[in-house]
Amino acid sequence: MNARYYGRKSEPMFPLFRQGKSRLAGLLVLLLLLILAAIASMIYGRTSITFAVAIQAFTHYDHQSVAHVVLHTERLPRTIIAAVVGAALAVAGAMMQALTRNPLASPSVFGINAGAIFCIVIGVVVLSVDSLTTLMWFGFAGAAISAVIVYLLGSIGRDGLTPIKIVLAGTAMTALFSSFTQAVLVLDGTGLQDVLFWMTGSVSGRSLEMLYPVLPYMAIAVIIALSMGRAINLLLTGDDIARGMGQNVLVVKLLMGLVTVLLAGGAVSVAGSVGLVGLVVPHLMRALVGNDYRWLVPYSLLGGGILLLLADVTARLVIMPSELPLGVVTALIGGPFFIYIARKGVTRL
Amino acid sequence: MKRTLTFRSRKEHVSFRLEKRSLFVIGMLALASVLALIIGTGFGSDYIAPLDVLRTVMGWGDGDFDFVVLTLRLPRVLLAMLVGIALGMSGAILQGIIRNPLASPDVIGITGGAAVAAVGFVTLLGGALSIKLLPLFAVAGALITALIIYMLSWKSGVTPIRLVLIGIGVSAITGAGTTFMLIISPFYTAGQAYIWLTGSVYGATWTDVNTIWPVLLIILPAAILLARSLNAQEFGDDLATGLGVTVQKHRFLLLACSVLLAGIAVSVAGTIGFAGLMAPHIARRLVGRMFGSLLLVSGLIGGLLVFAADLIGRTLFVPLDVPAGVFTAGVGAPFFLYLLFRNRNQF
Repeated sequence: MNARYYGRKSEPMFPLFRQGKSRLAGLLVLLLLLILAAIASMIYGRTSITFAVAIQAFTHYDHQSVAHVVLHTERLPRTIIAAVVGAALAVAGAMMQALTRNPLASPSVFGINAGAIFCIVIGVVVLSVDSLTTLMWFGFAGAAISAVIVYLLGSIGRDGLTPIKIVLAGTAMTALFSSFTQAVLVLDGTGLQDVLFWMTGSVSGRSLEMLYPVLPYMAIAVIIALSMGRAINLLLTGDDIARGMGQNVLVVKLLMGLVTVLLAGGAVSVAGSVGLVGLVVPHLMRALVGNDYRWLVPYSLLGGGILLLLADVTARLVIMPSELPLGVVTALIGGPFFIYIARKGVTRL
Repeated sequence: MKRTLTFRSRKEHVSFRLEKRSLFVIGMLALASVLALIIGTGFGSDYIAPLDVLRTVMGWGDGDFDFVVLTLRLPRVLLAMLVGIALGMSGAILQGIIRNPLASPDVIGITGGAAVAAVGFVTLLGGALSIKLLPLFAVAGALITALIIYMLSWKSGVTPIRLVLIGIGVSAITGAGTTFMLIISPFYTAGQAYIWLTGSVYGATWTDVNTIWPVLLIILPAAILLARSLNAQEFGDDLATGLGVTVQKHRFLLLACSVLLAGIAVSVAGTIGFAGLMAPHIARRLVGRMFGSLLLVSGLIGGLLVFAADLIGRTLFVPLDVPAGVFTAGVGAPFFLYLLFRNRNQF
């Protein structure tokens, strides 16, 4: 039964953009879409702002105008944060999918978000840390702990790293860390409301100051990811072949793990647990450029930004004047996607 | 000495066997439950001696403890136990049908469906309909979700692995739905909602108790009767068919029982995680795989588990009240990981 479930080779893919030139063009189209999504994110919301006013807010800032103030203090930070967090999660997802050879891999499914949240909540509630930089390190630590445990649990046993084992381990770790978080929050009680909204994932009400400490680490991680395309492609042909071609497989895998932890941990410490972006985006991008990681990483980078910006605009517009946590919107998009992949059969990437 | 007792009606229309060992285990667990009920009710912000508890419950007391025991503690302790029984039995049935040690109503996503229906009911219809209908909606939500999961998992047959994976996906959606309902709801504050979602019997009333025991009373005999076919199903579908079991029909009815039990538990106590996963495993250690007794033992152990979780939550952190679900998940999730480790060559 298991053999049948895993054994099927994935169908050959016919990506939309196959040649180098058209792939570059596709990247430019995505960039354009990202800019459009960012503009939409600036304009739409509780206070609707026209495009002209938005331009004016940057050229002739008037602190008396409500629209201008909203743009500068609310819309601009959240647009930038949504784009950065989306990009980070999508690249982290792409890395994890290659590292674990598992199409269901993503930071939320594998318990990395829950681990980062638990450590940050411990930092805030128990140790009363209020420096954002310190909290970020708590986030990284939580992400790393969870990633290592899930990876180890997923790879024990005769068949090594099987998709189902690692997904189950991730689910259990998520449950475990959530229950710890719940215990800490219930025991403390103060500030539950704030922490709750942050935990379900949201980019509203965050200032750019929250992003600054994380940004350098994310940038380093993205640069590593972008430069590793060729190495990852080789790794995807199989550990043995990669080793035979002279690759230091362990170093490549460790680097991929590091990138994942930095990106996912950083994203969580800024925006809480925004689930399933890391699952959906790499798959959508694979339909565009195929499984070539030299292209898949930059595509995911832009695609993640676009998806999260659009999700955030949706979160604002659905139940005006109040708004949804971003995590709810992404789960509603990502859940059916997860089911679709699970139905198709979890074949090794 | 024989290890089993056999009963036959005069014309041998009805016959069943009981293992002496199972009888003994069931007896001990029932005794432990009753003792736990009496002693557990005594614990709280101020201690009441078991004898006083017993007197008060029987109506022989002088009325000193009436309010604390009868109104505050007894319904809560009883509810914890009944919820645990429902979850333990639900998990045992599910693991029997799916033949997978990692199955339980929460892992499969059924409790998530009950939760979203319950919260949706309060949020959308809370003003219009009586709150007494809540269990009905929770159970309906559980049934519909189970049906959806089963249909989505169907692809020329249902494999346990696909069922679990689809369950995880569906859980993500129902979880998001629940959060959505809570956020737009005028009835919950975030804190209350959070505690409910974690699973707690805090603030239990006799109404809650009276909601759940009739359901248990109806489903228990039905499940035990149907359990006979589970014993045959353990051998595989073909052999079970050969033994005269209408496999698909029985499986469907049993699934319905399991879902009903999980749904009713969620409707009164929220999502108390992993109790339905752990109880059947402990029960199997005690009485083996014969399903009639396994079901009872699993229920009793589930009851004791949730009772213990609630007792710790309300006595150890006074004046705070930690939801029982925190402890069941705190113990249950590592247990799940342990099961995964033990069955590492299966997945």
